[in-house]
Amino acid sequence: MWEYTDKVRDHFFNPRNVGEIENPDGTGEVGSLACVDALKLTFKLDQNGRIKEARFKTFGCASAIASSSVLTEIIKGMTIEEAAKVTNKDIADYLGGLPEQKMHCSVMGREALEAAIENYRTGSKVKHELKGKVVCNCFGVTEEEIERVIKENNLTSVEEVTNYCKAGGGCGGCKGEIEKIIQRLQGSKAKAAASPRKAGKLTNIQRIQLIQQTINEQIRPALRADGGDIELIDVDGNKVIVALRGMCAQCKMAGVTMKDVVEARLREFVSSELIVEEAKDKE
Amino acid sequence: MNTIYFDNNATTKTAPEVMEEIKPFFCELYGNPSSMHTFGGQVGIRIRRAREQVAALLGCEAGEVIFTGCGTESDNNAINGTLASLPNRRKIITSRVEHPAVLAVCREWANHGYTVAEIGVDKYGRLDMNQLEDELDDDTAIVSIMYANNETGTIFPIEKIAQMVKDKGAVFHTDAVQAVGKIPMNLSRSNIDLLSISGHKLHAPKGIGVLYVRKGTRLSPFMLGGHQEGGRRAGTENVPGIVGLGKACELAAQNINDEDTRVMQLRDRLENGILKSCSDCLVNGDKEHRLPNTSNISFEFIEGEAILLMLDKYGICASSGSACTSGSLEPSHVLRAMGVPFTAAHGSIRYSLSRYNTQEEVDYTIDKMPGIVNRLRELSPFIAK
Repeated sequence: MWEYTDKVRDHFFNPRNVGEIENPDGTGEVGSLACVDALKLTFKLDQNGRIKEARFKTFGCASAIASSSVLTEIIKGMTIEEAAKVTNKDIADYLGGLPEQKMHCSVMGREALEAAIENYRTGSKVKHELKGKVVCNCFGVTEEEIERVIKENNLTSVEEVTNYCKAGGGCGGCKGEIEKIIQRLQGSKAKAAASPRKAGKLTNIQRIQLIQQTINEQIRPALRADGGDIELIDVDGNKVIVALRGMCAQCKMAGVTMKDVVEARLREFVSSELIVEEAKDKE
Repeated sequence: MNTIYFDNNATTKTAPEVMEEIKPFFCELYGNPSSMHTFGGQVGIRIRRAREQVAALLGCEAGEVIFTGCGTESDNNAINGTLASLPNRRKIITSRVEHPAVLAVCREWANHGYTVAEIGVDKYGRLDMNQLEDELDDDTAIVSIMYANNETGTIFPIEKIAQMVKDKGAVFHTDAVQAVGKIPMNLSRSNIDLLSISGHKLHAPKGIGVLYVRKGTRLSPFMLGGHQEGGRRAGTENVPGIVGLGKACELAAQNINDEDTRVMQLRDRLENGILKSCSDCLVNGDKEHRLPNTSNISFEFIEGEAILLMLDKYGICASSGSACTSGSLEPSHVLRAMGVPFTAAHGSIRYSLSRYNTQEEVDYTIDKMPGIVNRLRELSPFIAK
């Protein structure tokens, strides 16, 4: 059971400004059924350029509905310039806070608002499109969006980023990249994912066992999530020879997987000197 | 406000008769059943009786019943104990719709070099028997397939699977926590080797489970340090739990016909009532082979957590396969394995009844559902209005 504040419950059970304005000045649509939540925001301005009316329609859980409802309350009476400054934090604060894992609902509100303002300014009928590099393919989250939630909410871990914008919550393949973005923006504040104890001096057998264990526990689960697999073929000095199996074997991204996942994890858990190579299959 | 409890696949109310039976074992009959004195010994006698009560419900021998801490413990040790006793076989077969207590254990073994085959299901949640037949080979150590699915109530052809597994010389385990007490069983005439039970799913308290181990099944001990449970699961017995589970099994045996008649009628009344009064909803699962108490309904265009919260306001307890209810970002693995579209999976609600539910409760819920569904659909951008 989620612990929702009275404010969240109030705006869920008695949502304000439900519906759609006819001939709105701005329309913003974000999310989809597949993303679990979706929001359509419409607003109309008065003659002074202030938001006279705002309405919403939302598919989603209680916190998504409550976030949408308070968003319409917040922006009423604002000028476009003022509304453009509203952040997801304003929405969450207005609600007296949201559970951590539900913060993405407040971000969805801000995104819809942004899309509606863009629609007003450009008059374009185009649905809000993703701009820039997509980091999380599962939920279609861009680098720009991730940077923004990190900055606005002072986030310091991948888990938090997932809670706020869903990035990394699907297959998990982009977690490394998210971590890099956090490192870049937050520097020393970034919480390193509990860094493992570096292996001390190892005998050859211990080292090979540690490599195998790292593959089993740290690497294989990530590849399996995408239908792939990996096998350790040989260890020759600092050279680790592996074979990718299943989906990974035919994947165009195999080179990236090798460097960013396999090599990175082995260097993290075993030794920073390791080099990973793919076995030349004789079959 | 009265609570209307339609979440019996999550846990059940402890039967008042069970509670009565347990009471003396805290302050009066607190002896250790392993002690030499009469004071402890009389407790040992009660454990023996509980074992017989469980065996009577399952149709097996008392010696085949091992008491554990919960269903999850039974599942874990059925798989781990079997693999330990069959070191030369390196393959595990399970299904994609298992409870995590089985699925997570199998996947963990995959990390240790075992081959794990997860059998798929069709859109009604029925197991792909051809795939199972193809996967079964001489390398298979254990097959673990649930008796009935906790989310949809779909019942699998367990006896047939048990026979197939036996023919290949592998061990067959079934997670039967949702089935025991709801459908009659006779394990003495079955080829099931291992079967898990959870006490709190059949009106016993939480913290007690059973692993049935058919005589002659090789299973490594899973808790060392004492002679309890034939040395396979050491540790001083959870006496109140065991006595309570014994009583609960006795009651289940008496009420089993009630499950198949009265409870089923209530479930059908609820399901048909909802389907009739709410548009755009559909039943998930195999209506032909289904637990008599379970109904899983998807409401299109709306989200499950929102429905649950509205129901909660009326005191009605149910559960959902929506991603939002769990805090994960993906909907139920069972509904996804069935290929239920995301839209429907997010709006799925499971109602699971018990013999304590009444027709008034069912009618009250049927009465409230259309209002909730319409209300949320008014908010939904996917309904053009």
